[in-house]
Order: sequence, then structure tokens, then C-alpha cells
Amino acid sequence: MSLLEVTDLKVSFNTSDGVVQAVRGVTFSIDRGQTLGIVGESGSGKSVSTQTLMGLTPGAKVGGQALFEGQDLLTMTPDQLRRIRGSQISMIFQDPLSSLHPLYKVGWQIVEMIKAHEPGVSKAAARKRAIELLGMVGIPQPDRRVDDFPHQFSGGMRQRAMIAMALALNPKLIIADEPTTALDATVQAQILDLMLRLQREFDTALIMITHDLGVIADLADDVLVMYAGKPVEHTDRRTLYYRPHHPYTAGLLRSIPSGSGGRNDRLVPIPGQPPSLISPPSGCSFHPRCAYTMDRCVVEEPPLRPVADRHRSACWLPDEAVGLSAEVENLRGMAVDQGRKEASA
Amino acid sequence: MFRFIIRRLLFGILVLWLVSSTVFGLLHLSPTPVEKMIAGPRASAATVALIRHNLGLDRPFLIQYWSFLKNTFTGDLGYSYVTQSKVASLIADRLPATLWLVFGAAVLWFVGGITTGVLSATKARGLLDRVSTVFVLIGLSIPPFLMALLLLFLFFTKFGDWGIHLFQPGQYVSPLADPTMFLQRMILPWLALAFLIVATYTRLTRGSMMDVLSEDYIRTARAKGLSERRVVYRHGLRAALTPVITQFGVDLGALIGSTIVTEKVFGLQGIGQLVYSSIVQGDTPVILGVTLLTALFVVVANLIVDIGYSFLDPRVRLD
Ligand SMILES: Nc1ncnc2c1ncn2[C@@H]1O[C@H](COP(=O)(O)OP(=O)(O)OP(=O)(O)O)[C@@H](O)[C@H]1O
Ligand code: SF4
Ligand SMILES: [Mg+2]
Repeated sequence: MSLLEVTDLKVSFNTSDGVVQAVRGVTFSIDRGQTLGIVGESGSGKSVSTQTLMGLTPGAKVGGQALFEGQDLLTMTPDQLRRIRGSQISMIFQDPLSSLHPLYKVGWQIVEMIKAHEPGVSKAAARKRAIELLGMVGIPQPDRRVDDFPHQFSGGMRQRAMIAMALALNPKLIIADEPTTALDATVQAQILDLMLRLQREFDTALIMITHDLGVIADLADDVLVMYAGKPVEHTDRRTLYYRPHHPYTAGLLRSIPSGSGGRNDRLVPIPGQPPSLISPPSGCSFHPRCAYTMDRCVVEEPPLRPVADRHRSACWLPDEAVGLSAEVENLRGMAVDQGRKEASA
Repeated sequence: MFRFIIRRLLFGILVLWLVSSTVFGLLHLSPTPVEKMIAGPRASAATVALIRHNLGLDRPFLIQYWSFLKNTFTGDLGYSYVTQSKVASLIADRLPATLWLVFGAAVLWFVGGITTGVLSATKARGLLDRVSTVFVLIGLSIPPFLMALLLLFLFFTKFGDWGIHLFQPGQYVSPLADPTMFLQRMILPWLALAFLIVATYTRLTRGSMMDVLSEDYIRTARAKGLSERRVVYRHGLRAALTPVITQFGVDLGALIGSTIVTEKVFGLQGIGQLVYSSIVQGDTPVILGVTLLTALFVVVANLIVDIGYSFLDPRVRLD
């Protein structure tokens, strides 16, 4: 049994404009000590799907199953879920500047969390632990900085403090939602290093959400690529980087800024805009932006199917069409011609 | 901090000077000279001139202004034209009633406003939210005297018919002299005044609370596994209170001189009534004295708010 098994997760919101189908069937699992990367453009449903697991999307209509150590997170009572939050599963959010309470001391905020789950721990002991944690994540002079307010910390230090808080109760799973997006490049690398080191040390499972494939180039075991609320490709990191199948993944790889793990020096953004989640495109959601769109793509939705061992993709292109080389481009072109011919016949 | 307070005190004195000078100037421009008002329409010119001389109004304007300033800043507010008693003691007599009125009402509207504000923010669009929205609208749109009269009718006349005497009309009674009577006299004025203002506080709290509850750090608090109560009060309300408390300080200071209607309807002899009668009678020294007192309250309240702010929010530095 995996630590977390999410099956066909669906999340939608009723808004005055219509029903926003933010997540439309996500399936993945993660084991202890493993790292799963979730990538996708802004609005692809990465945050909503993970926050829903923690019950942090008020007003959402939720479907599917999310077994955490065999227990369904989605059907738990609020109190059961509350006890898991922070102690079993903790989260690190994108913006460290706004994620800490501005009116409370950093140490107090860590102590508060420890005491929420272990009411028996004395204030002094909790404080000592907070200082240790701050030291562990690389805050200098933690015994003094523990009494600082968040605004006295730099952005990088605040994110370190958030990591310290996330680790405070030695959780089994950490969900990091774009933890480095708001930081500058050097700090970004330091924070990623830190997370990786601590994850190994504590054997924690880690879900790392990002819209930048470069960020997880060194640290993810598996990667789930999301588009318009759906997973479109799911495989191990190596395969994803060298033999991507889905044209959207290939597009993401081409848009990695040079120097952060990508192989292309040029940065090629994917043309077009992410689709509306109120009325998503017919067939393959990516078809309005895809360079290989076939007639079939417009009418029939490609299922997430195996294209190789441990490699699944939701695209009608043939299984062999993996990789980024010119040869594969040809292969894809041929497949498209073939597909169009068949359709017109 | 110390330098901040000194600077603010100097600034406060400047404000008081500007306010008093403006009022002084305006009163001297008044179309009916004071001596005529005091002497009455049928008085002889000689009488008017005598009064004018006795009040020192025949001296050059600048001399009058200078002696006014000098006296004021030594705490001497002069004598009432009408009753000849000391302005300072007139004010001192009237101040307790008004202070108690404002203080009691403030407790009611502050607690009431925050409670309903928080409840309607956490249960936005729920029944309570809708009901309180209606009350907010009533509170904001009903004229103060009508509100006071309605309360008077309900609590005094109606409840009185049923044999319930919550409210006793009459003069202000010191709480030290007779606590029960004090409460019976004050309860309706408190309600009337609080009801006018509570709406503003409900809305202010609700808005501030809704903003705060959508902040990232509230999501963090939930993700930490804190109880919903703790999230809403310890994290949400704590942050949402700052603008409410700021407003509270400002309102408290400004209210001292604007309780005229409430005092009039309920027959409380407070500062408000003093203002009213001295304006009607053209009693310049009293008007000046009350104006200065009001300005003083506003200045002090603002200073307290600013200092309090730095305790409420560690990001605010006073220098
Ligand atoms: N409470 C809500 N009500 C309505 N729509 C929502 C709500 N929360 C999220 N959405 C919508 O759901 C979609 C997915 O949002 P989500 O935040 O999961 O994207 P994301 O992949 O995390 O993007 P980003 O990289 O910008 O963080 C977006 O279109 C968003 O507008
Ligand atoms: S299914 Fe068709 S439109 Fe969708 S990604 Fe594959 S080729 Fe492109
Ligand atoms: Mg997001």
C-alpha cells in the first residue's frame, strides 16, 4: 500500500460565471521517501488538487478518493482531517512573504503548531524544538531569531521558517506548492537543496508542485504533468526529460529557461492561452494549441494510457513518438498526415 | 517612541491653536454682535456699549486675541456671558454625563459591532449575515432623533405600560451616588447612541475579517491543523481588529462634542446640551471652551491610536 493513493480526484467550484472544473480526474500515488513532481502551467489545477486533499478548498465540490495510509482524506470528518494536517501531512506555500502571520513571532507560530498536536508538550520544550528546527533549516542565531517577527526575515529566511514549521512534527508527507517561485535564483537553489537534504534525512514523501520543469530536474522521482485540470503525462523523471510523449510536455521542456536544467538555449513558450475551465475544449483539451492536432483529437478525448513501461500519456500520437529529436518530429508529422488521411477517407 | 510622542504633542498643540483661532475669528465675524444679543432687542445704545465695554469687546481685535490665547493656554477659559460662571466649571459639571454616555455606548457598539461583524463574516450569506445587513441599513439610514424617540417609545412608554421600568427619565446621576439609578438613566441613551454607530462597526469588522480570512497566512493556520476557532479568532480576528480599533479611537475622540441629539431627547445635561444652549445664546466663551475640549479629545485620541497601533502591529515603527 502506498502512503498516498489518489484516484480520479475531481474538484469543481460553482461561480457566478458557471461551474469551474478545476480538477477533472487526477490519479497518482506516492510512497514514503519518494518525490513526486507535479508540473503544469498556471491554472492547470496543481494547487487546487493538492489543497483539496487537505480540505483547504472551501466551497469546492469534490469527487474521487484519496487514501492516506488507507484512510480516505476526502470523507474524513473535519476534526480527523485537522489532526492529520501539520502532523502527518504538511504544506509549504508559494509566497513566504504572506504565508506567515505578520503579527506573531516566527517562533511562536512554530510553537503553536507543535502545541496544537501535542498539547502535553511544555512551552519551554516546544520553544527549544522551534529553535532547533530553525537552526536545522539554516537560520543563523536561531535562539535570537526565534523571537523575530516575519517582517524581520528576508524572503528566503521566511521560506526556511516555513520549511522548519512543515518539518516540526516529522510528517510523513510534505506538499510543497511552488516553494521557490517567489524567490530569486540563488536563494531558490539553496531552498531546493535544503528540502532535498531534509527529505532524505527524514525519509519524508514529498510532492513538489511547480510550473517550471527545471525546478524538479534534480529531485523528482516521478513527474505528473497536468493540463487544464487533467494529468496528461505521468512517468519517471528521466523518461520525462529525454523521451516525453505528450506534445504539451515537449512544449514545457522547450520553455525551460537555459541554465536551469533544460537542454535548449532558446526559450520557446507554448503558443496560445490555457483553456477555459468552465467550458473546456472538446476532445483533447490541448488541441487548440497543439502543433499535431488531428481530426480525431477534436472529437475524441485521449485516455491516459501506457505508451511504454511506467510511462503513461494522454495523446493520440503513436507510442513510438517519444523524445525531442528531429526524427521524432518527423514521426509525429507522419502520424498527423496519416491521421488526416484516414479521417478524410 | 519618545521622540514620536514629543513630536505628536507639539503637533497637537498646533492643531489646538489653529482650531481655537479659527473659532475665535469666526465668532468675531458673527453678524449679530454678542453685546446686542445679550442686551436684547429693546436695549438702549448706551446699555449695549456698556456691555461691550464690560466684556472687553471694545479693545482692538489683536489685543482680545492675545488675551484669549494667553488665558486659554494657562487653563483659564473665561466666564460665560450669560450665567457669569466660569466656563471651566460649567464644562466640568457637564462632562461626566457625556463621558459616561460615550463610554457606555462605546462598549456596546464596539462589542456588538465586532461580534456581529465576525459572525456574519464567518457565515457570509447565512441568515445572521442577512439579518445583520438589514440592521446595518436601518442603523445607517435612520435619523438619530427618530432612533432615540423610537427607543423611548418602546422602552419607556410600551414597557412602562407592561409594568417594566428599565428606563427612568431624568437628570444624570453619578454612578457613585446611586448605581441603579445611574444605569436606569443611562441605558436608553447608551442604546440609542450605540445603535447609530454599531452598524458602521459591523460593516467595518465584517469587511476587514473577510479580507483577512482570504489571506495566505490563514490558509497556513488551517494547514497547521489548528482548530477552526483558533484560526478565526487568534489568527483572523487578531489581524482584522487593527483598522477597527483605529476607527474606534478616532470616533471616541470625535464623539464628545456630538452627542447633542441624544442628550436632548433623553434630557441629559451633558456637553452636547451645553453646546446647544451656548450657540443659541451666543455665549462665545462657552462655545470656544467646548470646541477646544473637543479638539483636545480628538488630538489625544489620535495620539493614543497611533501609539496603540505600534503595539498592535509590530511592523509599525514610531519614528
Ligand atoms: N475558489 C475557487 N473558485 C473558483 N475557481 C477557482 C477557485 N480556486 C481555484 N479556482 C480555479 O481553478 C483553476 C486551477 O487553479 P490552481 O490554483 O489549482 O492552478 P495552479 O495550477 O496551482 O496554478 P498556479 O501555477 O498559478 O498556482 C484556476 O483556473 C482557478 O481560477
Ligand atoms: S491528442 Fe492530438 S491534440 Fe492532443 S496532444 Fe495529442 S496530438 Fe495534440
Ligand atoms: Mg498554484
